[in-house]
Amino acid sequence: MAVPTVKNAAGREVPLEINGRPATPFMGVGKHKPTGHRYGPPVPSCSNFPSDGNKVVGSLEEALRLCGLSDGMTISTHHHLRDGDLISNRVFDIASSMGIKDLVWFPSASFPCNDPVIKYLEDGTINRIEGSMNGPLGRFVSEGRMKGTAVLRSHGGRVQAILDGEVRIDIAVLAAPTADSYGNAKGTGGKSACGVLGYAKADSMYASKVIVVTDNLVDLPCYPMEIEGNYVDYVVVVDKIGIPEKIVSGTTQVTKSPDRLLIAEMTAAFLEKSGILKDGVTMQAGAGGTSLAIAVFLHEIFKKKGWRSKFGFGGSTRYMVEMLEKGQMGYILDAQAFDLDSVASVERNANHIPYPVFNAYNYHSKGNLTSMMDIMILGATEIDLNFNGNVVTHSDGYLLHGIGGWQNCLHARNVILPVPLFRDRIPVIVDEVTTLCGPGELIDVIITERGIAINPIRTDLIESVKDSGLPLKTIRELKEEAERICGKPSRPDFEDEIVAAIKWVDGTVIDVVRKLKPAKSADDGKL
Amino acid sequence: MNKISAISGNSGPKVRSDCEMVLELRDSGGIQIDIRSKVLALYGESIRAQCREILGFFGITDASLVVIDSGALPFVIAARAEAAIRQLVDTKLEFLPPMREDARRATTRDRFRFSRLYLPGNTPSMMINAGLHSADGIILDLEDSVAPGKKDEARILVRNALRQIGFEGSERMVRINQGERGITDLEYLIPHHVNVVLIPKTESAGAVRLIDARINQIREEKGLADPVYLMPIIETALGVERAFEIAQSSESVVALAIGLEDLTADLGVPRTVEGLESLYARTRIINAAKAAGIQPIDSVFSDVSDMEALRRSISISKSLGFEGMGCIHPRQIAEARKGFAPSREEIDKAKKIVHAFTVAEKEGLGVVALGTKMIDAPVVARARKTIDLALTLGFLSSDWMNEAVVEESN
Repeated sequence: MAVPTVKNAAGREVPLEINGRPATPFMGVGKHKPTGHRYGPPVPSCSNFPSDGNKVVGSLEEALRLCGLSDGMTISTHHHLRDGDLISNRVFDIASSMGIKDLVWFPSASFPCNDPVIKYLEDGTINRIEGSMNGPLGRFVSEGRMKGTAVLRSHGGRVQAILDGEVRIDIAVLAAPTADSYGNAKGTGGKSACGVLGYAKADSMYASKVIVVTDNLVDLPCYPMEIEGNYVDYVVVVDKIGIPEKIVSGTTQVTKSPDRLLIAEMTAAFLEKSGILKDGVTMQAGAGGTSLAIAVFLHEIFKKKGWRSKFGFGGSTRYMVEMLEKGQMGYILDAQAFDLDSVASVERNANHIPYPVFNAYNYHSKGNLTSMMDIMILGATEIDLNFNGNVVTHSDGYLLHGIGGWQNCLHARNVILPVPLFRDRIPVIVDEVTTLCGPGELIDVIITERGIAINPIRTDLIESVKDSGLPLKTIRELKEEAERICGKPSRPDFEDEIVAAIKWVDGTVIDVVRKLKPAKSADDGKL
Repeated sequence: MNKISAISGNSGPKVRSDCEMVLELRDSGGIQIDIRSKVLALYGESIRAQCREILGFFGITDASLVVIDSGALPFVIAARAEAAIRQLVDTKLEFLPPMREDARRATTRDRFRFSRLYLPGNTPSMMINAGLHSADGIILDLEDSVAPGKKDEARILVRNALRQIGFEGSERMVRINQGERGITDLEYLIPHHVNVVLIPKTESAGAVRLIDARINQIREEKGLADPVYLMPIIETALGVERAFEIAQSSESVVALAIGLEDLTADLGVPRTVEGLESLYARTRIINAAKAAGIQPIDSVFSDVSDMEALRRSISISKSLGFEGMGCIHPRQIAEARKGFAPSREEIDKAKKIVHAFTVAEKEGLGVVALGTKMIDAPVVARARKTIDLALTLGFLSSDWMNEAVVEESN
């Protein structure tokens, strides 16, 4: 049965209904302002909880049963254990063995370690995933094999959906590296430390039932608590919540690729010559090899000029920690720690402050941290002639990445995308993005190894570097150069069926992903 | 030839921007092409059409072709297809991709050769962006970096790369193989705007002349006007002893390079960072090159991670008289360019000398002095050379003389 669709403000054909519930088409940046009240979970009474505060139960299965796990429920988990997560899959193992059907999994992100849930998508234990999907999971969805429609949200959009009740979490299962019997929990300590638990905060406050799962039970109080025991129903102690070496990469590494280093160098030069980089600047860069190289180059400039960044927003890395410790950064506000140095820094440095996305990225907050950032370094799989960006699908149409905080970060003052002009043969600059994730009006500068394109709406930036000697080009020139080298790519073939909806930060639908028709590899043999 | 199946190119988890082709000739059944590629949805049809065109060009009507592609660009696909076909079909035909305008650049005898980046001749992923790193020269290497079984296909790939990659401003160099194979390499290179041919393990003037003659023969046949220069590499004790005659062997020789890995092996000594063991060879080659009026060029520095040692090595190399070196990683290029170019202090001193000399000349003074020091002609000549270098490198504006005066009057 075809769902009615309309053209949204970005010109994309989107459905008015997703998974049987009404959906609002994207109306433009900052236009959607829902009224009413925040969603509230059921009211608990403390008299229902043990007076000694001990909420430990025998097993995860027991906790899930006590929470009333049943068909059609929405289960949330966080992704702080990254590819070392041993808990999320376990929840669905248990659900499956209980014969539960049609669950909605609402993770803050998924990783390759979550691929085993494919069997639960196939057998009907899980109806759909509302969260990021990579690798085989993305493939599974793109091929139209998931029963429900996937919903992809940014980190901030996830919190928005929780707060306004678009998603109502029945049970949040929150793995915690350290917790006490009352349910206070934190991301440091123990054998599975991940640093911070910023993504789990909203889940803990707004889920109907909350289970904390830990492998490091400490005496009350577990302090400083990121998850507060007041919100927690049950605590489960297990041998291992995660595989340490997969939770954090031991060390994050600056790229060794000469081309990426060149892009990083050009980015640092652009930031310096445009005057964006100055004393007191606020900044955020990711943990990818190019971003790290940019951080290293910027650190050098700070040292040379005697400048310091007022604060940096994490995902933190050892390169940020180095800036903090050497005095070139005042504070790190941190939603997630990417490497062991960052995890250690959170523990020992009072100026390395856990800072949940709940506060930073959320559309229903009274203010937005990212709009206070001067420099935002982001990536993209595709950028088009209107500076629109895509981060969820590859040019071949397959869902391969989550949105992460990308959409939220677009609200920074200067959004810089250092990207290669093409990856292997695949152009990054294209006529029109396969999937629209971020409107071009929020994307300011594209920096490639073969030139820099500034969004024409940023006349101030164009003016600031016009005599800098930097290789400035129009986005069309970059696109044409990519096509001259790679050849003009065909577009993937899609069917009408919608397999995933892409939400904007305010909960409206900015685009959809459709089911792919497989490309033909063998010849038909005819001349 | 009665082989009916051939394999060319590379595939595997670490291979990028390349493809492997498995070609099997058949008696009937037409052309069957099977493409396995991560860019299938985007370029599957384009790859198929390209392969059909090339098979047709070589007159193949019945065959099965499997393409295992890792994002190869069209010039790579063409090279791999041709390489597979040539193993099975005896042909003089060449399937040439279009010659790009910016690849037609000619060079000059005495341009700087501070840094020249070595690229393995059978690894397309490294070639595509090589020109972006501002090396004075890019060397597509057919010799040591290509496995013996891959020599034929590397030639075709390098030929296509020469036609399809501009390498920005870098001089277009190729290191050919030793001996007979090297002579045959030339047929694949010379018509495609090579600027400099590097001759490995040169031990005699005769060997250089043989190559020069073959190059000129090809240039004449094809009516090519642009010069092709030679850079013999001295890598043996015998070569060192004959350095001067090699340097003088032909008008086309513009530089003499030293290859220390092979040379130290030939000497039977380990290669050290300090390089005392090759001091004689290096100074002899420098002297021979200077005597012949060409550039002496140093070997590569093989520890990519040790930038501090690289800087020391360049500093020694420059102080001995070398005018450039080989680089094996793009990150070495900036150091080489910086290291071999004149320093700020050298330029300032040269400015003062040339300025004082010009003033003295204008005033008709016979003797030029700078402070308490007398300046004689060779000092001025050297200072002029430094100024020219600084001008060409953009370290000085063409109006530096007036600016210098202003600076002084301030």
